[in-house]
Amino acid sequence: MKQIDLVIIGGGPAGMSAAVAAYEKGITDILILERDVALGGILRQCIHNGFGLHRFGEELTGPEYAWRYEKQVLEKKIPYLLNTMVLDISPDRVITATNTEEGVFQIQAKAIILAMGCRERPAGALAIAGDRPSGIFSAGTAQKYVNMKGYLPGKNVVILGSGDIGLIMARRMTLEGAKVHAVCELMPYSGGLARNIEQCLNDFNIPLKLSHTVVKIHGKGRLEGVTIAKVDENRRPIPESFEYIPCDTLLLSVGLIPENELSKTANVTLDRITNGAVVDQDRQTSTEGIFACGNVLHVHDLVDYVSEEAEIAGASAAAYIRGEASERINIPLSTDGKIRYTVPQTITQKKELRVYFRVADIFRNATVKVTDGDRVVYSRKKQKLAPGEMECITLKPDQIADAKALKFSLEVQ
Amino acid sequence: MMKTLYDVAVIGGGVVGGMIARTLSAYDLSLCILEKNHDVARGASAANSSIVHAGFDAKEGSMKARMNVRGSEMMEAVCRELGVKYQNNGSLVLGFDADDRTTLEELLVRGNANGVKDLRIIEQDELRALEPNIAKEATCALHAPTGGIVCPYELTLASIGNAMDNGAELFTEFEVSEIRDNGSDFTVIAKNGNEINARFVINAAGLFADAIAKMVGDDSFTIHPRRGEYLLLDRECGGLVKNTIFRTPGKMGKGLLVTPTVDGNLLVGPTSVDQEDKTDKSTTLEGLSLIRNKSAENAEGVPFGKTITSFCGLRAVGSVGDFIINMPRERFVNVAGIESPGLSSSPAIAEYVLELLKNTDLALEKKADFNPIRPATHAFREGSIEEKNEMIKKDPAYGRIICRCEGVSEGEILAAIRQNPRPRDLDGVKRRTRAQMGRCQGGFCSPYIVEMLAKEWGLPFEAITKFGGESIINFERTKEEN
Repeated sequence: MKQIDLVIIGGGPAGMSAAVAAYEKGITDILILERDVALGGILRQCIHNGFGLHRFGEELTGPEYAWRYEKQVLEKKIPYLLNTMVLDISPDRVITATNTEEGVFQIQAKAIILAMGCRERPAGALAIAGDRPSGIFSAGTAQKYVNMKGYLPGKNVVILGSGDIGLIMARRMTLEGAKVHAVCELMPYSGGLARNIEQCLNDFNIPLKLSHTVVKIHGKGRLEGVTIAKVDENRRPIPESFEYIPCDTLLLSVGLIPENELSKTANVTLDRITNGAVVDQDRQTSTEGIFACGNVLHVHDLVDYVSEEAEIAGASAAAYIRGEASERINIPLSTDGKIRYTVPQTITQKKELRVYFRVADIFRNATVKVTDGDRVVYSRKKQKLAPGEMECITLKPDQIADAKALKFSLEVQ
Repeated sequence: MMKTLYDVAVIGGGVVGGMIARTLSAYDLSLCILEKNHDVARGASAANSSIVHAGFDAKEGSMKARMNVRGSEMMEAVCRELGVKYQNNGSLVLGFDADDRTTLEELLVRGNANGVKDLRIIEQDELRALEPNIAKEATCALHAPTGGIVCPYELTLASIGNAMDNGAELFTEFEVSEIRDNGSDFTVIAKNGNEINARFVINAAGLFADAIAKMVGDDSFTIHPRRGEYLLLDRECGGLVKNTIFRTPGKMGKGLLVTPTVDGNLLVGPTSVDQEDKTDKSTTLEGLSLIRNKSAENAEGVPFGKTITSFCGLRAVGSVGDFIINMPRERFVNVAGIESPGLSSSPAIAEYVLELLKNTDLALEKKADFNPIRPATHAFREGSIEEKNEMIKKDPAYGRIICRCEGVSEGEILAAIRQNPRPRDLDGVKRRTRAQMGRCQGGFCSPYIVEMLAKEWGLPFEAITKFGGESIINFERTKEEN
């Protein structure tokens, strides 16, 4: 069996950043396995701009952002295989993959970085009542038809869910000549970035209907219309509010699910909230030598944070391969429910780190608190926190020192 | 279309029509299958409980009872020949109180009279040991170890494909609107003007069998649709139960069931509501919530959060209370009212129809070169690494995975597009290969499959549909090719 130091599953922004970071830490025996026809992952179809503001201080399109990393992969001659699908990862790090040239093959890796990204929650999962015509797409599938294939999958569009891809597609379909009649969002707030609401809906006069959902699909061939409804505080449709909107297309942007099927084969413990692996500060999972980063770990709203996280995973995997042992501690992080989760879930080193988290609802003038028993180790007031925006705080070594367990909570006035 | 004279025309590309066509294709006959949809297996054969019933439900002496028990006996061998997945997982009918027990005892007596093997009533302890996740309140159950599961559309596709491999012709989008009796043969005319001639016509038109019978003057029965809605859960969930779990039957049929499928999904349903419209296969808020709320009476802890899709099928309920298999006039056979246990009965029905035809002047000479075998389409998926590499070496397309959720390769999809009956639309590829049938429901792979279909059929990308007719996917090309 072929032996390789570091195998990275996925050649999207996370996989490429991780590869570059590991390379810079002296690991050169790397292989990136990518299932698609090119490196770049989902960024290849994200032709809109807005990527890279944090990382590079400029607005890039998705392909431009991906190219910044692909260029480094090529310059450093980091090996990668395209059209290669990983079928299994064993807990002792044997990877089984397949492609047209080599057939089904196996690799023993010293370390693995999981960077498979996420997928969209499909229409079927919602079990919306009604017919099952064509014309119902997840927003990303429609994005692929429009941006990659060059076809128009809809002319009169309703969008369910105000996740970022849904918002981006509201604008894209409009620019392509379609009419977007409404974006319906089940929750009383949008799950997307504020800037996307502004630039993709408001700038094009597309109504955002909060606390609304689609209750029925109509059409025996192509979609002919949807019935939408306002929902009550328990998210149940209010019958008096039913409204029929004729349309030929329903796009769904109703959530992203980290693609952890392979993580499961490797016995990686998953977090019930993030649906990604439980990781320590180094982004190492519960299975030794297997690391995770990017949207397979938790869904990010900015690729800039994906790159940052992937660099941590890449550098840590390199250290692991070289057998660099640092003094390890074990401080578990917990949350109060208003804060839904943190990544990482444990702190293992007494050095400065950034902890990412998301909140469960919209909160205004709330204080983010980190406590170790009765001791407050961090406290900062925030004007507004929203589920659609990932938050991040930095903890200093002295704040971590001697802590037994850190609880992340939100104090709301 | 050429106005060929066929010996036999089978109207309806469902499992019943398919099984009949396959059985007849073993004889030296010219044979055609007429299907009104863009593809076969689009009616009740595409949306049902996928159960091979043991045969204790139907009344002793009824056609349903006879066909069910015989069909269930034949099913495993038929599936083996056709390369179709079949599992003899057994079934349990749960009882909760004294009334239920009385009913179960009646079913036991009836099942024994019908010739169902190894039926018995089991008590709490044995029941729990067999199925730890069934409803807590269940006190006893009728256990039928001969019960099984099969994929209904796979069986339909395979039987029609096998019939075609043995010379039968398939005409899709052939919606029969008129049948003219010419004395020694019939002219069967489609809505779009196409027509064929056939000496014998077999009416296996499912929900529309009454309309077809009327075209030759037989109005002795009617068919009405009874809707059944289902929820299908992720492949992670199929292990919740091993047996098919029924509850004690009521007036409207066997009630809700919870069952694993041969592909490892968990299927929960069906509801049972009579309706007028034979084309309305929409799911309803009420139906889907009934399934969610009532499934606990079969099994505890059905993880509905893992639902991947919902669907509705229409049972073809006949007006006479039993299967209608007869010859109301010369050279015309009705195979109508084939509601549950129709899938289970289908091989036996085909055998019975053959017997009917033996009493006519149709010359039935066995074909010397009849091949009952259809290669399994899932050989690649289920092969070992070595077997997979053998196939990839011969055809590298097997090395490229297109559907990541179900692990379906380009090679398998191309093979399916080239195999009888050839699919022309996305749903057709889905039912043949399982590509798009996983947890992302085609989100990633459908654009690739559209491309493959377009290339294989020599059609423009935007001409590929979800299931024919108006079900277009893309309206128009908007960008220049680079």
